[in-house]
Amino acid sequence: MTNTNSQYRHILEVKELAVEFHTANGRFQAVKNVSFHLDRGETLAILGESGSGKSVSASAIMNLIDTPPGYITQGSIHYRGQDLLNMSDVHRRDINGAKIAMIFQDPLAHLNPVYPVGWQIAESLRVHGVDKDKANQRALELMKRVGLPDAQEKFDAYPHQFSGGQRQRLMIAMALGFEPDILIADEPTTALDVTVQAQILELLEELQAETGMGILLITHDLGVVAETANRVVVMNQGEIVESGLTREVFKNPQHYYTRKLIAAAPGHLGRQGGATGLREGRDALLSVENVVKYYGKFKAIKGVSFDLMPGETVAIVGESGSGKSTMAKTLLRLEEPSEGKALYKGRDLFELNPKELFELRREIQMVFQDPTQSLNPRMTVEKLVCEAWKIHPQLLPRAKWKERVAELLVQVGLSPEHAARYPHQFSGGQRQRIAIARALALSPELIVCDEATSALDVSIQAQVIKLLSDLRRDLGLSFIFIAHDLPVVRDFADRVIVMKDGEIVEVGEVEQIFNHPAHPYTRALLDASPDADPDVQAQRREKRERERRMAVV
Amino acid sequence: MKSFIGRRAISSAVSLGGLIVLVFFLTRLTGDPTNLYLPLDAPMEARDNFRVLHGLNDPLIVQFGSYVYDVLHLDFGESIRKARPALEVVLEAFPWTLTLAVVTMGLVTLFAIIIGSLAAARVGGVFDRLSGIMSLIAASTPEFWVAIVGIFIFAVSLGWLPTSGTGTIWHWVLPITVLFIRPFGLILQVVRGSMISALSSPYVKTARAKGVRQRAIIFVHALRNGMLPVITVIGDQAAGMLNGAVVIETIFGFPGVGKLMIDSILQRDFSVVLASIMVTALAIFIMNLLIDLLYAVLDPRIRY
Repeated sequence: MTNTNSQYRHILEVKELAVEFHTANGRFQAVKNVSFHLDRGETLAILGESGSGKSVSASAIMNLIDTPPGYITQGSIHYRGQDLLNMSDVHRRDINGAKIAMIFQDPLAHLNPVYPVGWQIAESLRVHGVDKDKANQRALELMKRVGLPDAQEKFDAYPHQFSGGQRQRLMIAMALGFEPDILIADEPTTALDVTVQAQILELLEELQAETGMGILLITHDLGVVAETANRVVVMNQGEIVESGLTREVFKNPQHYYTRKLIAAAPGHLGRQGGATGLREGRDALLSVENVVKYYGKFKAIKGVSFDLMPGETVAIVGESGSGKSTMAKTLLRLEEPSEGKALYKGRDLFELNPKELFELRREIQMVFQDPTQSLNPRMTVEKLVCEAWKIHPQLLPRAKWKERVAELLVQVGLSPEHAARYPHQFSGGQRQRIAIARALALSPELIVCDEATSALDVSIQAQVIKLLSDLRRDLGLSFIFIAHDLPVVRDFADRVIVMKDGEIVEVGEVEQIFNHPAHPYTRALLDASPDADPDVQAQRREKRERERRMAVV
Repeated sequence: MKSFIGRRAISSAVSLGGLIVLVFFLTRLTGDPTNLYLPLDAPMEARDNFRVLHGLNDPLIVQFGSYVYDVLHLDFGESIRKARPALEVVLEAFPWTLTLAVVTMGLVTLFAIIIGSLAAARVGGVFDRLSGIMSLIAASTPEFWVAIVGIFIFAVSLGWLPTSGTGTIWHWVLPITVLFIRPFGLILQVVRGSMISALSSPYVKTARAKGVRQRAIIFVHALRNGMLPVITVIGDQAAGMLNGAVVIETIFGFPGVGKLMIDSILQRDFSVVLASIMVTALAIFIMNLLIDLLYAVLDPRIRY
C-alpha cells in the first residue's frame, strides 16, 4: 500500500456506520450509527446477542455484505487512514487477507470441504502474489506455528479429518500468512468445547503478542470478553449502548441492557430454588445401573450408574465425545443400550416391550437443543401441543384441548393468542418455550433436557432456566439436564455428574462440584469456562502464567 | 476402492441377470416366436422345422437354460435381416451412438457449467436472465420439430449442411445440435441452483475474506462443490442418450443403436434387440461406475 495516509490516529476507525437490509418484509436497519476504533496490539470486543448487528458491522469491514440485500447507507470505515468504503473492489481484495484477516465461528463450514487444508492456507498467500513453492513452505510453517501436530503429514488432509479445535487453528493459520494488522474474530470459540476454547484464546493472545496485531473480537460470551478484551463495545438491536474499558464496563455498567446482560451470565443468577434433603429415606425415581453402550467396537458409555430422586435435578456435564447425549438417548430408548439397567419406579426401562414403553414415554419427556429443528414448521403451536393428546387420547377429552393449550402457553410465559401461530413467527427463546409446553402437555414426571439452552442467547438462556425452575417448584418435576457448559448448570441443578470419555469422573452436590472439585478434569473444566468477571479472569491468567514459568524452570 | 468396484460389479451382474430373465420371458409372453418370425402363410412343415431348429418344442426350463448359456457366451443368435451374428451388428452401431452421446453431453456440460455459474454469480443479472430464457425454450421445444425445421432451413433452403446420413464431420452438426437442446436446458438450471447455494456457503465467505478473486471463487471454490448434484443429472441424461436417441437417429438416418433397435423391433429381429439391450445395459453400468468414482474424486469426504 503506497498511498498510506500518515495522518490517521487509529489503525481502524469505523464512524457512524449504518447498514440496511432490504427484505420482502421491508427495510430493516441492522446497524445504526455505529462508531468504534481499534489500535495495534489491543483487543476490542463487540459484545451482543443475536440480531445485535455485531457480525454485520464486522462484515462491512471485510466487504462481505451481499448487496442486495444489504446496503451501507451511511458512515465511513478507515484503515490506516484509507477510506475502505470508497475504494475499488480490487484494492479491497489486496487488503483483505493481507492487512485485515478474519476467522469465523464454525470452522468446518468455513473451510472448503473439497480442497486440502495446506492448499487452502497457501492460497491465502498465492492470491496476494506469493509464488506457489514459497506459499506452500510458509503454509507449512504456519500450520506448525498454530500448534497442529504432524503438520507435514496433515498438509494434504481435508478439513473433515480434523477436530473442531484443530480446524479453528487452521483458520487462524490461514489468517496469519502476512501477519495482518487486524484480525477480526467472529465468535471464534463458540462452537468449541471449553477446554479447547481456552487453548484457542491462548493461542490468539500469543500470536497477538508476537505480531502486534489488533484483534476485533465479535462475541456473545461475557466470559470470553472478560478473559481477552482490553475494551468492549456492547451492542443491542443495531446500536452501541455502551463502550469502555472491559473492567469498567463489567464492574460498573451504565446502560440497563448491559446490566441485564451481566446479570444473566450463567453461574451468576444464584440458585433457582432447588430443594434440599431430597435424598433422605426415599426411593429413587430413576436408578441407572452400570449402563454400557457400544457402537460397533467403540464403547461410547463405559458403565455409568447414578440415581435420580423425585423432584431432583441432575445435570450431566461433559465435552463433546463424553457420552452425555448418548446417555440421555439410551435412557429414552432412542438408542438401545448394550448392557445395564435403568429402573424407573422399580421397572427396568430397558426390559419394557413396545407397548409398555409407549405408556411410559408419556411420563418421560425430552426437550432438545435446537427448537427450530425439533418443531414441525408446518404445524401451528396449537397442533404441536395437541399432537401429544392425539397420541395419548386417554389423557384429555378433545373438548378440553383448546383450554389446556391456553393454560400451558400461559404457564411457559407465552399468551393464549400464540396458539394459532407457526414456529417461524417466534424467536429462539419463545420456540424453546413452545417445546417445553409440548413436553408438559403429557404431564410428565421426568424431563430430559439435551442442551436445551445451548443455542439461546444469554439473557434468553437465563429466562428459560428460570422457567424450568418455576415449573420444577410448581409441578414437582424431576430433570436430567445435559449440558456441555458448567456455569449454566450451577444455577439450576441439585447434583452434577461430570462425564469424560464415556465414564463418570465425578459426582456431587452442585456447591461441592463448583467450590471443591475433586477430580482434575472437573477443575480443568471449571478453569477453562471463562468467568464473566474480568478480575477472576485476571487472577486465573496470573496463575497460568506462574505455572508456565514454573514449567520452564 | 477395489472392493467397492467389486461390490458394484456383483450388484450390476445381479441386475443384468434379472434383465436377461425378463427379456426371455417378455419375448415368450408375446406368444410362439414361430408366428412372429415366419410369414402368416408359411406351411406347417416350415413351422415345425423352425420349432425344432430353435428348440421351441423343448420344455420352457430347457429353453431358458440354453438361452442363458448362449447369452453368457455372448451368443445372441443371428440377425435375420442381416444374416450375421446379432452382436456384430450391434457393435457396429454402438460406436456411432456412443460418439454422439459423448460429444453432445460434453458440449452440454461445458456450456451449462459456464453459463449456469455466471448466472448464479449474479442472480438477476444478464447471464441469469439469458439462462432463464434459454432453459425455458430448451425445455418446451419438441426435438423432432427442431430436427425437421433444422433440416428445412440449413439443409434444404441454405444447403449448408447435409440432410441426413454420415460421412463428413458436417453430418454430425445437426444431430448434435438438436440433441443438445433439452439436456442443456435442464442441466443449466441444475448448475444454476447448485451454484447459488454453493456461492452462499460459508467457505465462499472465507475465500472472500482471504482476498480471492471473484472468478476463482466461482470456478475454483464453489464449482467443485456445486458439481456433485449436477453430475447425477448429467449421468441420467447420458444414460438416456446411450439407449439410443431413437427419434433423432431415425430422422437423420444415423446408424446408431437407437435406429437399429427400432428397425429390429419393426422387423422382429429379436436377437438384435436382445443384443442391443445387453450392450447398452453394460455401457450404462460402466458409466454409472465412472460417475461414482468421479464423486469420490470431486469430494474427498466420499470414500468407498
